[in-house]
Amino acid sequence: MLADPAAALTIFVLSMFVGFFVIAKVPPLLHTPLMSGSNAISGITIVGALLAAGHAEGGTATWLGFAAIVFATINCVGGFLVTNRMLGMFRKKD
Amino acid sequence: MGSVFFVQLAYLISAVLFIFGILRMSAARTAVSGNAMAAVGMLVAVVATLLNRGVVSYTVIVAGIVVGSAIGLLLAMRIQMTAMPQMVALLNGFGGIASLLVASAELLRGGAAVGEGSMIVPVAIFLGILIGGVTFTGSVVAFAKLQELMRGAPITYPFQQVLNGVILIAAIASGVTIVLDPTNMEAFALLLAASAVLGVLSVIPIGGADMPVVISLLNSYSGLAACATGFVLGNAGLVISGSLVGAAGLILSKIMCDAMNRSLSNVLFGAFGAAAAAGPAGGGPERGPVKGYTPEDAAIVFGSARSAIIVPGYGMAVAQAQHAVRELMDVLESHGVRVRFAIHPVAGRMPGHMNVLLAEANVPYEKLVEMDHINSDFAETDVALVIGANDVVNPAAREDESSPIYGMPVLNVDHAAHVMVIKRSLNPGFAGIDNPLFYNDNTMMIFGDAKGTATAMAEALQQS
Repeated sequence: MLADPAAALTIFVLSMFVGFFVIAKVPPLLHTPLMSGSNAISGITIVGALLAAGHAEGGTATWLGFAAIVFATINCVGGFLVTNRMLGMFRKKD
Repeated sequence: MGSVFFVQLAYLISAVLFIFGILRMSAARTAVSGNAMAAVGMLVAVVATLLNRGVVSYTVIVAGIVVGSAIGLLLAMRIQMTAMPQMVALLNGFGGIASLLVASAELLRGGAAVGEGSMIVPVAIFLGILIGGVTFTGSVVAFAKLQELMRGAPITYPFQQVLNGVILIAAIASGVTIVLDPTNMEAFALLLAASAVLGVLSVIPIGGADMPVVISLLNSYSGLAACATGFVLGNAGLVISGSLVGAAGLILSKIMCDAMNRSLSNVLFGAFGAAAAAGPAGGGPERGPVKGYTPEDAAIVFGSARSAIIVPGYGMAVAQAQHAVRELMDVLESHGVRVRFAIHPVAGRMPGHMNVLLAEANVPYEKLVEMDHINSDFAETDVALVIGANDVVNPAAREDESSPIYGMPVLNVDHAAHVMVIKRSLNPGFAGIDNPLFYNDNTMMIFGDAKGTATAMAEALQQS
């Protein structure tokens, strides 16, 4: 995959810039949903958890992977759903 | 080319979906679809990973996803809007520990092979464990403070920063050991312990009113921890998504610090409020007793008012008063009073806390006005109604150079013709700072629970 550390660092730094510019546009009104939504995105670590648990050699690493999947799934599912619930409340005056 | 290429392509698609999702979250009209877009991005990443040739055992995976989804679903559906700060703290913590576990699993699985090739993998494993651990225990402490399982006031002791420094050095030393020898399990155990302790110790000296900064920062950490696992696995999707969240949390932390006119290091290390609370009360100029008014008195003033600005604070959240406040707004509007809400950036316990509560109570969001856009309007407003807010309306921040919050931008409620303050008692706010607003001639103090008082005001106004 990303064999070259310099490539990974490049992606990291450029993504931080993208993040700063994208998020600076979000108004204070929506800061809480932004936070819980971006929090759900940080559940992307589930990708690592799936790989750790899926390698099937059993033992400690697999169980760590299992625990990681549980926590990361709570993070994703809980985060996106509660954000959805919150955003549904923001509506214009009829 | 081949399957690896397509898996990487899927991660890229999910990262693009995250970015578009966040972009659409910058307006209330498109935000629901933005969040859905981000969720689809997550689904794409998960499916792509499951199709990966490296994944051969699905039993553990399915079990983990089922358990995690059930808990996540329950949490998201059951949680009350007033408890959102705790919820976000808890979810941050879960993200952190997931990253810690992934990094640990890679270390245990790879063993000596981890160090082969480049230094970046073991260094990333170290950072994933350190940041993930700090995020987890720090979030648990933040959760406990917000849920009032422990005191919200700062906990301080001598040589606090020295101790934290020593623990950080121990963590780094064990990290260096792991980088040099990935099979060293003593160093691994020491790193886990040091990270956990550091998370606890760095959040306990931070007071309740500074929680918006802490939660934003922990949010950032959870992203950076995910980013570190991306470096461990050489996975660009993880790196991109993790750094997006890292940037989001950092920006919010900065906005919150600016709103208090304090530096990040002052919030993190200043133990704000501990000194003031420890010192003797008073100390400022002698002031006469404060006269308490009743909701009926307030209704009489409202009877001749044309405009009102309501300033909510953490007290409204504690009393679950948002629906009562909305009913008061309805009654005021039916009496021909123009009602708006002034939202201070750090009102409540997390960024945007007040907006969410008022949205839950069906207050149209056009009525929720940011501090900078409404502050000059107080002078032309008949009534400013402060509900459970204190430091964010303290005129001493503008006028009194000796005040600990001098320089903090505040809502100029004292410029309104009449000021009403609903408050449980005359106790100073969390920071223990005296508020001269309460003693002004045009201020009416109405002592009581925010919910009961707002309801009583609405009833008195309806009968008049």
